[in-house]
Amino acid sequence: MEKIILFAPLIGAVLCGFGWRMLGEKAAMWTTTGLVFLSMLFSWTVFLGFDGETRQIEIFRWIESGTFTADWAIRVDRLTAIMLIVVTTVSAFVHLYSFGYMDNDPEWREGESYKPRFFAYLSFFTFTMLALVTADNIVQLFFGWEGVGVASYLLIGFYYRKPSANAAAIKAFIVNRVGDFGFLLGIFALFFLVDSVSFDDIFAAAPRIGETELSFLNGTWGAANVVGVLLFIGAMGKSAQLFLHTWLPDAMEGPTPVSALIHAATMVTAGVFLICRMSPIIEFAPSAQTMIVVVGASTAFFAATVGLVQNDIKRVIAYSTCSQLGYMFVAAGVGVYSAAMFHLLTHAFFKALLFLGAGSVIHAMHHEQDLRAYGGLRHKIPYTFWAMMIGTLAITGVGIPLTHIGFAGFLSKDAIIESAWGGGETLAFWALVSAAAMTSFYSWRLMFMTFFGQARGDKHIHEHAHESPNTMLIPLGALSVGAVFAGMLWYSDFFGDHDEVNRFYGIPVHEAVAEAGADHGAATTEHAAPSVEGHGDEVAHAMTAAHALPGEGALYMAPDNHAMDSAHHAPQWVKAAPFLAMLLGFGVAYLFYVQAPELPGRTATTFRPLYLFFLNKWYFDELYEAIIVTPLRNIGLALWKRGDGNVIDGAVNGISMGLVPFFTRVAGRMQSGYLFHYAFAMVLGIAVLITWMTLTGGAE
Amino acid sequence: MDNLLSIITFLPLFAALILGVFLRGDDAAAQKNAKWLALIATSATFLISLFVLFGFEASDPGFQFVEEHAWLLGLKYKMGVDGISVLFLMLTTFLMPITIAACWNVTTRVKEYMITFLVMETLMLGVFCALDMVLFYLFFEGGLIPMFLIIGIWGGKDRIYATFKFFLYTFLGSVLMLVAMLAMYIDAGTTDIPTLLSHQFDAGTITIAGKQILGGMQTLLWLAFFASFAVKMPMWPVHTWLPDAHVQAPTAGSVVLAAIMLKMGGYGFLRFSLPMFPVASDIWAPMVFWLSAIAIVYTSLVALVQTDMKKLIAYSSVAHMGFVTMGIFAANQQGVDGAIFQMLSHGFVSGALFLCVGVIYDRMHTREIDAYGGLATRMPAYALVFMLFTMANVGLPGTSGFVGEFLTLVGVFQVNTWVAAVAATGVILSASYALWLYRRVAFGDLIKESLRSITDMNLRERAIFAPLVAMTLLLGVYPALVTDIVGPSVEALLSNYQTALNSAEAATRLAQN
Repeated sequence: MEKIILFAPLIGAVLCGFGWRMLGEKAAMWTTTGLVFLSMLFSWTVFLGFDGETRQIEIFRWIESGTFTADWAIRVDRLTAIMLIVVTTVSAFVHLYSFGYMDNDPEWREGESYKPRFFAYLSFFTFTMLALVTADNIVQLFFGWEGVGVASYLLIGFYYRKPSANAAAIKAFIVNRVGDFGFLLGIFALFFLVDSVSFDDIFAAAPRIGETELSFLNGTWGAANVVGVLLFIGAMGKSAQLFLHTWLPDAMEGPTPVSALIHAATMVTAGVFLICRMSPIIEFAPSAQTMIVVVGASTAFFAATVGLVQNDIKRVIAYSTCSQLGYMFVAAGVGVYSAAMFHLLTHAFFKALLFLGAGSVIHAMHHEQDLRAYGGLRHKIPYTFWAMMIGTLAITGVGIPLTHIGFAGFLSKDAIIESAWGGGETLAFWALVSAAAMTSFYSWRLMFMTFFGQARGDKHIHEHAHESPNTMLIPLGALSVGAVFAGMLWYSDFFGDHDEVNRFYGIPVHEAVAEAGADHGAATTEHAAPSVEGHGDEVAHAMTAAHALPGEGALYMAPDNHAMDSAHHAPQWVKAAPFLAMLLGFGVAYLFYVQAPELPGRTATTFRPLYLFFLNKWYFDELYEAIIVTPLRNIGLALWKRGDGNVIDGAVNGISMGLVPFFTRVAGRMQSGYLFHYAFAMVLGIAVLITWMTLTGGAE
Repeated sequence: MDNLLSIITFLPLFAALILGVFLRGDDAAAQKNAKWLALIATSATFLISLFVLFGFEASDPGFQFVEEHAWLLGLKYKMGVDGISVLFLMLTTFLMPITIAACWNVTTRVKEYMITFLVMETLMLGVFCALDMVLFYLFFEGGLIPMFLIIGIWGGKDRIYATFKFFLYTFLGSVLMLVAMLAMYIDAGTTDIPTLLSHQFDAGTITIAGKQILGGMQTLLWLAFFASFAVKMPMWPVHTWLPDAHVQAPTAGSVVLAAIMLKMGGYGFLRFSLPMFPVASDIWAPMVFWLSAIAIVYTSLVALVQTDMKKLIAYSSVAHMGFVTMGIFAANQQGVDGAIFQMLSHGFVSGALFLCVGVIYDRMHTREIDAYGGLATRMPAYALVFMLFTMANVGLPGTSGFVGEFLTLVGVFQVNTWVAAVAATGVILSASYALWLYRRVAFGDLIKESLRSITDMNLRERAIFAPLVAMTLLLGVYPALVTDIVGPSVEALLSNYQTALNSAEAATRLAQN
């Protein structure tokens, strides 16, 4: 069944991409969509029926060289199962949605067939993403990693006539490659340390790696730290974290379903998945953990500031994605991987919903994407409005404070913010809380500018604004269900007490629970209740002294990792902080865009430098252009003209000066055709000689 | 079938003789006959070579299909293949029919053109089969002449300059190699390669003109061979002949040059430098590493600013060969396996890329990148094929380009992390130049008036690309096809290498005590 999940989208992609002429456009598109739905069905079966036992399914051999072995295989554990449902569900609904959205795309000319190609790419992406999440060794994971990169490249550049789309596609691929550079070195280091690339071997060796020193480049470092940092550099590229984030906003050049599937729900979360997958190594790499927290928190904050002032509806959501990914990394960095995965899951639903909703707005508005040209659309497109409303309630984290009742984002985002506190990262905590306020502001700003107030922009377009077809509305409905309930449904599995989380991830009984319980029993007197359980466990574990080793279960949390328990026992004000931040953001957005619409302009004028700084995305693109792209091009030119031309050829010409006159004479004859005959006779002569020698030699 | 290798090697030559002797006239019919005969001969060669592939015992690291005959002047004619050479043999026989099919549109001196390619195939096959040093040298140097002619006669307008540059570079290396071979014969008393492989050349430090030379005789011999093979590869900084040669060469010439002839250098390193001069290889490995790493970064940056498609691909070839030399001298299983894999893969990929250039050159008669743009609109099949090989060139996992690059880097990382890190930047740079090229040629709107009526690939062109596409994907998904054959021989090579190094070290220690 797992094999069908993995290969059905590939078969769909091939059938649709190459066979559409035979099948017909519509049939080809339905075939591939049907196959992805089949994948989704099986994925949910796997997820719901998963018993916690890690399984491996061999497919066939791949790269083998000496002790190096990387096979094609499927690894099924809880992490995989979570990713399976995320990927296939979003993908299936995005396929369905594309029937409506891609119909009569104005980018294409009359009679051009672009839809089968689009569906083939989508399915190909789904296949590579599934290959990534089902990988049983890190090289296969890298295969999926690069595969999604290519799919993303092809889809961002789908409108290949547009120069801006081409530029964005190349940028996405190359910036990701910068991350891959780190990822590859990380893989080499792992193989060097473990002599294997399979996850089982790597995880089993994790404690040893934690104690090993590795001489890398100029110094000697803790091996786990080197590996952790290198892998995280890869994750930064794929998940658009600070410094390697510049490609994600530009990636919005792709069609909107692509943005929803690849650049919001699935591919960009691969980095978070990687860090969670490698949790046994990360747990032994304190420096890498610090780096993950710092980068994650900075990204969450930075992207939120930029999101405040963007005017393109898709870019606002893109920066929001960037920011939310930062949240996930903070959770992973403090060691609460389950919270990171929790947010990954809920974020997939509500962010895909927001993007598809935005797509529906864009579709209604004849591909107008500027927020300033919207306004008052809630009566024109009511279903889209309500879907977007649910998405906004989910991302901003609306719920009942201090309970576990609320929209998906309420539970998962709060879990991360509490984890940041619990992990002792106060600075990250405040960064995330302020980012939460900004999230709320820009999300509501988007809502108010789009659906409320007066219609702005082209009157004609507003008059013709129409609700989208059912193929687009059904996905919105399905994802809305996820955005509402995903948080409440799985809260205890992802962020409940230790036992529940362990059971969910198939982690065997864990001594740390006992220790953690005991610690908190001593440290925080106000939380007596959980520590009773803890003490109970302590007794049990004291007898068995069983300890979950790295690689047992889908996640590993070191015995001294108490971040989750500390998070559960965080003070009330910490737990309420994100909610208050959300209210603040909402209030300001309401004031700015409903109560006093002239305020934003005034504020922008007053704080003009800051406004421009945010609007221009902190000038990262300009900076990179100036310090990397242009110098490299100039160096290339210099090496070519000066290095190859003057120095090397110059030297060679100098040496051969004596020979040149001779050759020029020969050249003169060559053109006359004489030399040709000479040379030809020479070749034939050699050939005849060799043949003759062979034959006579053979005769003896 | 005792002389299977000889049959394979000389079949193309036989066909060339038939062409030369029997084919008369230069009208369309004669041209057609010449092409068909060449195509049939090379295809037959490929089919016969399949017997070698399937008869090859992969688990046996020794030489197989060995033929040995006395020759004149006391020399020997000895042929045979092992796991390292057999796949190069297959690469050559596989690519030659494709090459012939690629020059179907040539109209000048067709008969001679076909003869040249056929002779060249014999010489190239001989290089990979020869088990006698003199024989190897004859084939190795003989191979220069047909290439020299192909560029010099059927090349572009600056072909004379390119030909001389090509000739000068390779000739200088060859002279040194010949001297070294003489010295080896004097030292070992034989030109038999298997015997030489087990011969221990003196590695004691010697002093020449007041200068101590570490590794002594081995170092001198190693350097002489290095001069020849490094030019052939080509390695930085002796690479500048390659872009010029490629730009001037006709499409089919470029394909052979990039896909097969460059591999002779790498094969030479594996057959001579590494196993015969282990101590010197060990001493000079860091230099090779750095030359390779510089080559990767340097030529990638140069490729980034090229305006001529062929030049760009030529520079990218140099960068890819950097991975090969680096992997070979990492002297571990992953490094050497990866190097061989990279050479084979590069044979398919770079060959295909030059063919891609050829397809549009045939239509527009220009290689200027700026003359194109938006081809995807009118040439979807071409755009797809070109995209696949661009991605293989970039080293995308799932294509053959990934495996070699990856394994060589894995190998080098174990020896020198700095070199691995510098070389790994090639991953970023290759994506930059390859995608930038693709974008300017295939993407964008088709606005140039001259391109309005350009046609997509015809049946012949599709047939040429089909086997290359198949091999690129097959080796990318199931590389065990190659590593199973290569592995045992490489393992044997490396264990001999280690033993030789250890005993040399023991000898030095003994001498010091």
